[in-house]
Amino acid sequence: MVDFFIGHYAYWFTIILLCIGLYGILFKKNLVKKTIGLAIIQASVVLFFVSIASKTGDATVTVRDANLPVDQVANYLNPLPHTLMLTAIVVGVATLGVAFTLLIAIYNRYDTLDEKELIDKIQ
Amino acid sequence: MIESHLPAYIALTFVLFSLLIPAFGIWRNELSQPIAVLGSGIAAALSLYGFINYLSDGAIRYYFGGWEPPIGIEFVYDGLSGFFVMVINVVAFFVLIHSHHIGKREFPGKEMPYYTLAMLMMLGFNGMILTGDLFNLYVFLEISSLSGYALLSIGNKPAPYAAFRYLIIGTFGGTLYLLGVGFLYTVTGTLNIIDMSAMLPQLFDNNAVFVALILMIVGIGVKAALFPLHGWLPDAYTYASSSSTALIAPIGTKVAAYILFRIVLWLFGIEITDAIAPLSTIIGVLAAIGILYGSIMAIAQTELKRMLAYSSVSQIGYIIMGLSLANPWGFAGALLHVLNHAVMKACLFMVSGQLRLKEGHSDISRFDDSYRKKYPWTMAAFTISAISMVGLPPLAGFFSKWYLVLGTIDNSNWLFLAVILISSLLNAVYFFRILEKVYMKNPVSGQKEASDATRDEAPWSMIIPTSVFALGLIIIGFANAVIVSVLLGIYPL
Amino acid sequence: MTLTYIPLLAILVSLVAVIPIMLSSKKPNLREFWTILAGVVKFGLVLTLLPGAIEGRSVELHLMDLAPGIPLALNADPLGVYFAIIASGLWIFTSFYSIGYVRGAGEHKQTRYFASFAICLSATIGIAFSANLVTFILFYEMLTIATYPLVIHNEKKEAIQAGRKYLAFTLTAGLLLVAASALVYHYTGSVEFTPGGLFTGLELPHTTMLVIFILFLGAVGVKAGIMPIHGWLPAAMAAPTPVSALLHAVAVVKSGVFAVIRVVGYVFGTDVLGAYGLNDILIVLAGSTIILASLIAFAQDNLKRRLAYSTVGHLSYIVLGVALLTPLGMQGGIMHIAAHATMKITLFFCAGAIYVNLHRTEISNLNGIAKVMPWTMAAFTVGSLGLAGVPPINGFFSKWYLALGSLEGDMLIPMFILIISGLLNAGYFFPIIHRAYFKKGEGLEGYGEASPLMVVPLVLTAILSILFGLFPNLFFGLFDLANSIALSLF
Repeated sequence: MVDFFIGHYAYWFTIILLCIGLYGILFKKNLVKKTIGLAIIQASVVLFFVSIASKTGDATVTVRDANLPVDQVANYLNPLPHTLMLTAIVVGVATLGVAFTLLIAIYNRYDTLDEKELIDKIQ
Repeated sequence: MIESHLPAYIALTFVLFSLLIPAFGIWRNELSQPIAVLGSGIAAALSLYGFINYLSDGAIRYYFGGWEPPIGIEFVYDGLSGFFVMVINVVAFFVLIHSHHIGKREFPGKEMPYYTLAMLMMLGFNGMILTGDLFNLYVFLEISSLSGYALLSIGNKPAPYAAFRYLIIGTFGGTLYLLGVGFLYTVTGTLNIIDMSAMLPQLFDNNAVFVALILMIVGIGVKAALFPLHGWLPDAYTYASSSSTALIAPIGTKVAAYILFRIVLWLFGIEITDAIAPLSTIIGVLAAIGILYGSIMAIAQTELKRMLAYSSVSQIGYIIMGLSLANPWGFAGALLHVLNHAVMKACLFMVSGQLRLKEGHSDISRFDDSYRKKYPWTMAAFTISAISMVGLPPLAGFFSKWYLVLGTIDNSNWLFLAVILISSLLNAVYFFRILEKVYMKNPVSGQKEASDATRDEAPWSMIIPTSVFALGLIIIGFANAVIVSVLLGIYPL
Repeated sequence: MTLTYIPLLAILVSLVAVIPIMLSSKKPNLREFWTILAGVVKFGLVLTLLPGAIEGRSVELHLMDLAPGIPLALNADPLGVYFAIIASGLWIFTSFYSIGYVRGAGEHKQTRYFASFAICLSATIGIAFSANLVTFILFYEMLTIATYPLVIHNEKKEAIQAGRKYLAFTLTAGLLLVAASALVYHYTGSVEFTPGGLFTGLELPHTTMLVIFILFLGAVGVKAGIMPIHGWLPAAMAAPTPVSALLHAVAVVKSGVFAVIRVVGYVFGTDVLGAYGLNDILIVLAGSTIILASLIAFAQDNLKRRLAYSTVGHLSYIVLGVALLTPLGMQGGIMHIAAHATMKITLFFCAGAIYVNLHRTEISNLNGIAKVMPWTMAAFTVGSLGLAGVPPINGFFSKWYLALGSLEGDMLIPMFILIISGLLNAGYFFPIIHRAYFKKGEGLEGYGEASPLMVVPLVLTAILSILFGLFPNLFFGLFDLANSIALSLF
C-alpha cells in the first residue's frame, strides 16, 4: 500500500499538478488565473515525460561518458522524452504567448478580465 | 519522381507560402490573398494528383531525412489520409478565394498576418493528417490550433474572448492527448503509428493502454466537438469573421475526426478499443446525443452563423457515429459525410458571409423575400446546400445518410437509426424556415413587395466558390457510387 | 425500333421544358405553349410504350450507379405505363384548365406555377418508371419538393401552414421509406421491384416482416391518404384548384397508391404478404378510412374539402382492392386508379370553375348555380354518379371488380364496406346536385359559364368517364392492361 504511493510518486505528482491546473481552469474567474492553470497542466505533462525517461541508477543527464559504453543502455537515461519535451515546452510558451495576446485584446475591448463581468457585458 | 516526395511537398507548400506571404505582404498588402490562394491551389492540385496516384499505385511512406521508422518520423499517404487531405485542401482553396471581399470589410489592412496564419493553420491540418508519428501529430495539432485561435479572434467584439475560451479547452485537450501518447510510449517504446499498431494486440488488456486510449479520445474529442466537449464551438464560430469560420468550420472538426478514425480503427483496432470497456458504444451514444442536441439547439437560434455552428455539432455527430459502428457501410457513410459536410458547411458559411457583406447582418428574423430578387445565385447555392443537409436525393447529403442507415442496420442498432431519421426531420425544420422567409412574402407584415428590390448580387469572387460547391453537391450525389467504392476499399478490416 | 430511351425521355421532357417556361415568363402565351407542348410530347412518348405493355413487356434502362450495386434504373413495366398514361394524359387537360384558371383568378407568380407543375409531372413519370426502391425514393422526394411551391402558391397564412403540414407529413414519410428500403436491402440484398417480391424463400421472423411492413405503410400511406396519416390532404386544399385536381387527385395521391401496389406486389409479393397475414392490417386501415372519410365528408361545407375527404375515401378503395390479395380485387384497384382519376379531376375542375366564375367556395352557397353554369354542373353530376358507383360511368366498373375481388377472397366485410360507402358517397354528393339544380339561387344575375379553357376540359373528362365506362378498352386498352397486371402478380 505504501509502495503504491511512494513507488509511483512521479505519477502522483503529475496527477496532483493536473488537478491543480484543472481546478484553476474550472473554478477561477480571472482569465489570467485560468491561463496559469493551463500552464500548470502543461508543466505536469512535461514532468510525466521526464519522469519516465529515467532509469534506476542512470546518469542524470545524457552526456556521453567515455567510461560507459553507449550500448549499455541502462546506464543512460532515455533522451527521447527529453527531446519531445523540449518541443512541448516551446509549444507551451507559444500557447502562453497567444493566450496573453488574446487577454490583452479582451482587456482592451472590455476593460475587465473577470469571467463573470465579461459574460454580462457580452450579453 | 514527384510521387515519392508527395506527402512532404503538400506540407512544404504551406511552409513556403507562409513565408512568402509576409515577404510580399509587407511590401504590398493586397498581394497576401492572391498568394494564399495560389498556395492552397498548389496544395489542392498536389492532393488531387496524390489521391489519383494512390488509387493506381498504393500508399506512400515518406521518411524525413531518410531515417527509417521507428527511429525516424514519417509521413504516410494512404487511402484515409489521402482522402482527408484532398477534401480539406480543395475546400480551403475555394474558401480562400471567397474570402477576398470579406477581408476588405472585416479586417482591412490586416490581410498579411491573416493569410499567413491561414497558411500555417493549413500546414498544421495537413501535417496532422499525413504524419505517421504520434508526437509529430501533437506538434502539428498545436500548430493548427494556435493559428486557429488567432484566426478565430478576428471578428466581432466578443471574438477574442470566444477564442480564449477555445484556447483553454483546446490546449487542455491537446495536453490530454499528449499524456495519452506518453502512456503509450511508456508501454510500447515507440511513437510510430504503424509500428505501435503491431505491438498493441498483445497489450490489449493493459490498463495503461486503456487509459491512454481514453485520454486520447477525450483530448481529440475536444477538437472534434464531440458532445459534451463541444461547448467552445458555437461562440467561437459565431463571433469570428465570416471567412475564418468558413475556413475552420468545414475543416477543423474533420481533421480531429480523422485522428479519431486513425486511433480507433487503425492504431488500436476495434477489438482492443472494446476490450476493457465498450468504448465504441460510448462514443456512439455521445455522438448520437450530440446529433440531437445540435439539431434542437439549431432550431432555437435566430442568427444564421450560430445556427450553422450548432448544426456543425450535429453533423460531426454523424461522422463519429459512423466511426463507432465499425462496419464497412458505417465507415463509408462517415467518410462520405466528411466530404459532403465539408462542402455543404463551407458553402453555407460562405453564403452567410456574403449576406453579412451585403446586408450587414445575418439575423434570420430580419431575412425577407427581397433576398431572392437581390441575391438569386447566393440563395440558389444556399437552397441546394440546405436541401442536401436535410438529406433529399439526388443531392450528396442523402447518400451519406443512406450508408449510415445501412451501417446502423448491419449492427442492428435501431436507436442510432431512429436518431439519424429524427435529426433529418429536425434539420428540415431549421433550414426550411429560412427558405420560407426568403422565397415567400411574409403574410403578416405588409413589407414592401419583393419586386421592388433590384439585383444586387455579391461579387464574382464570392459567387463562383459557392456555386461550385453547390454544383459539387449535385455531382457528388450522382457520382457517389464511385466514391463509396473507393472508400470501402480503404476500410481496414 | 428501340424503345430503350423512351422512359428516360418521357421523364426529361417536362424537366427540360422548365427552362423555356422560365425564360418566357414575360410572354404568357409562349410560356403556356411550352407547357402544352411538353405535355403532348410526354403523353406521346408514353403512348409508344403502350403496345408493349399490353403484351406484358417492359422497357428497362440502367443509368449510372447510385450506390454500389444499386443503379438509377428505369423499368417501364405494364403497371408503370398504366400509371404514366393516366398522369400524362390528364396533365394535358389540366394544363388547359390551368391557363383558364390562373388567368381567370388573376393568380400571381404564374411562371413559378407552371414550372413547378412541369417538374411535378417529371417526378410522377419517374415514380411510375422507377425500377428499384432507391430510384423510387429519388423521384418520390422530388415530387414532394416540386409540389411544395404549388401548395403554398398564394402565400397566404393558410397556405403556408398547409405547406408546413404537407412537408412535415411527406418528409417523415420519405425518411420511413429510406429506413424501410435499407431494411429490405439488408435482409434480401436487393431493392429491385420484382413481381412476386424479394422475400420468397427467406424465412424471416414475423416481427421483422411486420416492422418492415409498418415502416412501408407509414411511408406510402401518407401520400395514399390512409387514415390516420391523411391529415395533409384536406389542408392542401389551400392550393389553387388545378393543383388540387391534378396533384391531389391524380399525381401525388395516385403515386401513393401506386407505391402501395409496388410494395404489396413487387417488394413483399402477394404470397408472402398473405402468408404472414400482413394484408389484414391493410384491410382494416383501408376499410376504416373509407367509412370514416365518407362520414367526415358529410360535415364539410367547403366544397374542396368535401372533395378532399372523398378522395381520401376513394384512395382507400384502391388500397382495399390491393389488400384483398385476389386477382380480381387487384384488378379492381388498378381500374379505380384510372376511374377515380377521371371522375375526381372532373369534380375538382368544376369546383375551380365555380370559384373563378362565381367566387363561391361553400356548398351552402351553391343554390341554383346549375342555371348559370349548366355544363359545369352536368359534368359534376356525371362525376358524382360515377364515384357513387352508378353505371355506366367507369366508377361503377372498378367498384364491381372490387366487390368481385372481395367475394373471390371469401370476404364479405369489404363488400359491405363498398356498398355502404357507395351510399355515403351518394349522400354527400347528391345534396350538392340537388341544391344546384332545384334550389333558388341568389346573386347569380349576369353570370354565365366559366371560360371555355376551363369548361371544355371538365366536360371532356366527364365524357371520358362515361366512355371508359361503356367501352373499358377504348383508345388505350386500359381494362386489358389492368387485367394482365393483376394476373402477373399472382
